[in-house]
Amino acid sequence: MTRILWEKRLYPSPWMTVLVPVASIILALALGAFFLFVTGFEPLKVYGEMLKGVIGSKYGISETFVKAIPLMLTSLGVSIAFRMLLWNIGAEGQFYMGAFGASWVALSFPYLPPYIMLPAMFVVGCVCGGLWALLPALPRAKWGVNEVITTLMLNYVAILWVDYLVYGPWKDPKGFNFPLTAPFSKSATLPTLAGTRVHLGLVFALVAALILTVILWRTRWGYEIRITGESPRAARYAGIKIERNILLVMFLSGALAGLAGMSEVAGITHRLQHGISPGYGYTAIIIAWLAKLHPLTIILVSFLFGGLIVGGYSVQRIGVPAATVSMLQGAILFFVLGGEILTRYRLRWKRKEVAN
Amino acid sequence: MTPLVEMRKITKVFPGVVANDGIDLTVRAGEVHALLGENGAGKSTLMSILTGLYRPDSGEIYVQGERVHFRSPRDAIAAGIGMVHQHFRLVAPFTVTENVALGLKGGIKLNLNQLAQEIAELSEKYGLKVDPFARIWQLSVGEQQRVEIVKLLYRRARVLILDEPTAVLTPQEARELYRTLRKMASEGCAVIFITHKLQEVMEAADTITILRHGKKIATVKKEETNERELARLMVGREISWTGDKKQASPGRVVLEIKNLHALNDKGLLALKGINLSVSAGEILGIAGVAGNGQRELAEVIAGLRPALKGSILVEGKEIIHCDPCRVIAAGVSFIPEDRLGMGLVPNLGAVDNLLLKEYRHPRWGKVFLNRRAARQWAQELIERFQIKLASLEAPVKMMSGGNLQRLLLAREISGQPRVLVAVYPARGLDVGATETVHRLLLEQRAAGTAILLISEDLEELFRLADRIAVLYEGEIMGIVPTEQADIEELGLMMAGAKRMEVSA
Repeated sequence: MTRILWEKRLYPSPWMTVLVPVASIILALALGAFFLFVTGFEPLKVYGEMLKGVIGSKYGISETFVKAIPLMLTSLGVSIAFRMLLWNIGAEGQFYMGAFGASWVALSFPYLPPYIMLPAMFVVGCVCGGLWALLPALPRAKWGVNEVITTLMLNYVAILWVDYLVYGPWKDPKGFNFPLTAPFSKSATLPTLAGTRVHLGLVFALVAALILTVILWRTRWGYEIRITGESPRAARYAGIKIERNILLVMFLSGALAGLAGMSEVAGITHRLQHGISPGYGYTAIIIAWLAKLHPLTIILVSFLFGGLIVGGYSVQRIGVPAATVSMLQGAILFFVLGGEILTRYRLRWKRKEVAN
Repeated sequence: MTPLVEMRKITKVFPGVVANDGIDLTVRAGEVHALLGENGAGKSTLMSILTGLYRPDSGEIYVQGERVHFRSPRDAIAAGIGMVHQHFRLVAPFTVTENVALGLKGGIKLNLNQLAQEIAELSEKYGLKVDPFARIWQLSVGEQQRVEIVKLLYRRARVLILDEPTAVLTPQEARELYRTLRKMASEGCAVIFITHKLQEVMEAADTITILRHGKKIATVKKEETNERELARLMVGREISWTGDKKQASPGRVVLEIKNLHALNDKGLLALKGINLSVSAGEILGIAGVAGNGQRELAEVIAGLRPALKGSILVEGKEIIHCDPCRVIAAGVSFIPEDRLGMGLVPNLGAVDNLLLKEYRHPRWGKVFLNRRAARQWAQELIERFQIKLASLEAPVKMMSGGNLQRLLLAREISGQPRVLVAVYPARGLDVGATETVHRLLLEQRAAGTAILLISEDLEELFRLADRIAVLYEGEIMGIVPTEQADIEELGLMMAGAKRMEVSA
């Protein structure tokens, strides 16, 4: 009689760490193909259309960048918190607060010149996002209040706060009653790459990824973050001030999400509006995990997800519901996290010993 | 009369350790049988075999004369053998009755009222006062233990095994438990309890089996023995007094602990007024059975556990309210008992682990950490302490126990500490690695560090310590200079049977 045994690997297998994500994506696509097939579509044609929509034109490629920018910034934000085992699920809310802060600057001081306006929006956006993350970080650091719940709940507060503004006091009187503010002045607009919607936020994201990499592996503070994330007990033993680092890391995490919000209003919409994020803050969680919390990998994975979003738009033209794309994202995460176990364990078929 | 349980020539080998080495154990109905031994003597392993948790590598088990093969605890229960573990397996939000019902066989239907009735009768019969409708979280630890016993009785267990049953009880609760055990024995059950406390053995047991280093040393009747003999049997008398230690030249007092009180993780008083002082160039050994406040003492000194009251002075400076960071800055090094869990970060490499306490030093840079310099420094330490590793960045969890401890010692010693607190520094190490650890500690002593060495191994203490203090239930039972120390006396103090006038 044989039975299957899970054996823990001493080392996470280096082969598997590459193979598993790739295989997960393939399996997720296969699962998606199955659902497409049952719902009456030709999977290959749909996937082909998606690919064409993403890389078949200059517009497709540039739109992938456009979607990837907020994903990068929010993912970088959550990844730094995750590294310290702080489960910041609130990037969505921090994104909204960043967008709100930046919009407040743009709408309140429309006559500022760009070289003051944009830095001011940048700073206020970061601070608003950071403070929004600090709110759940304080009770977490002081009393150990579970940040998963608090960060998640604050998302709704932030989203509804922005809704209140765009449906109420900040609503554009010339906006035909749409839930959006008046457009920003020219000076509050991020410069874009010639002829596309790709804006300066891309640079923010790339620089942020570089800075995070340097912080994590080249600075004293990054060392503390890595130690705390790997072993909180060892961190305490080494005299690392965990409570203070919780506050700092959560602020940084929120600030990055806030920066994503600022880039979105200043680079894309040029106004604050209802539903400014289609869930970037949640997708960020998937991306951060897929990238194993590594800043530079996050950049790459964000492009993949940006492409998925853009591809999703393009297949809607042939009648595929947008929900399919969300389903694909979910499927990828499901398979990656499920496959994760293969990097740490191996399967062994063992003949059952005969009872003596 | 056939014995209720007979274990013959039980051997169990774990990687690197022979936990049980040909142990015989005979337990008869109507007796309370104590299994006495130090930590690591093999008591728990033997009982895990009897309850079907482990399978012996060789040896036979007979229940009422019948040969049995247990594949799981369920088989053991079916044969009438049940165990109350040190950590109870109860569902806190459930009632007593519901907990007893958990895991019962027999259909979907469950008559809780009838069950409650039966529980009430059982507890009446054995004098186990327990309310069948109380919820577990409302019960005291002693009451929870009674629920565990009721659970076993309800399953018709005739052999009850208790793992250090009084460890969590107050003295009053313990006395009540002894009465219950006696009652159960008189009803025809057999009770086996695991312990290392002599008092408890003399108070509650009829027969005593002593294990040491995985071997059975003796089985004695209580009437035919005394605490002194038991202590000697438990600890063993072959202490090899090795004279490789240079004469101590203690300097001024560096570490001074006065009237220290602290709680353990359960919120109970674990340190009850500790007074100790350690001089420069001296090793003060703390003897005692694990769980008598050793961990708490070390953690309070390291700043990891708040003290209720008292004071800890390092070179005259109060550190009792310092966080670990300031304690480290005061020159206190700490070798924790849990190497990989606390002392090292298993997934990171040797460089990161060596930096754990050094990384604040400005020589690595103010903000940035000069990795190249750090690597070089780590390399030097690794050569100096002869640590074997695959590479500087390979996760340290891959290293052997001896190398891990060398790495830890390298870090803790390289900072030239004033005070070194070492908790079970040689636990689980082979002879060679133990030798190294001892040598390093003696070198530190020669360098003028005040060393507090917490150990369960009397041999180790005799070899290294200049004075030995015995810790029992959070109190210092006595402090003796090692040359004048008597092993039997120490054994008695460790078991709480004897107390010396303490002059700190």
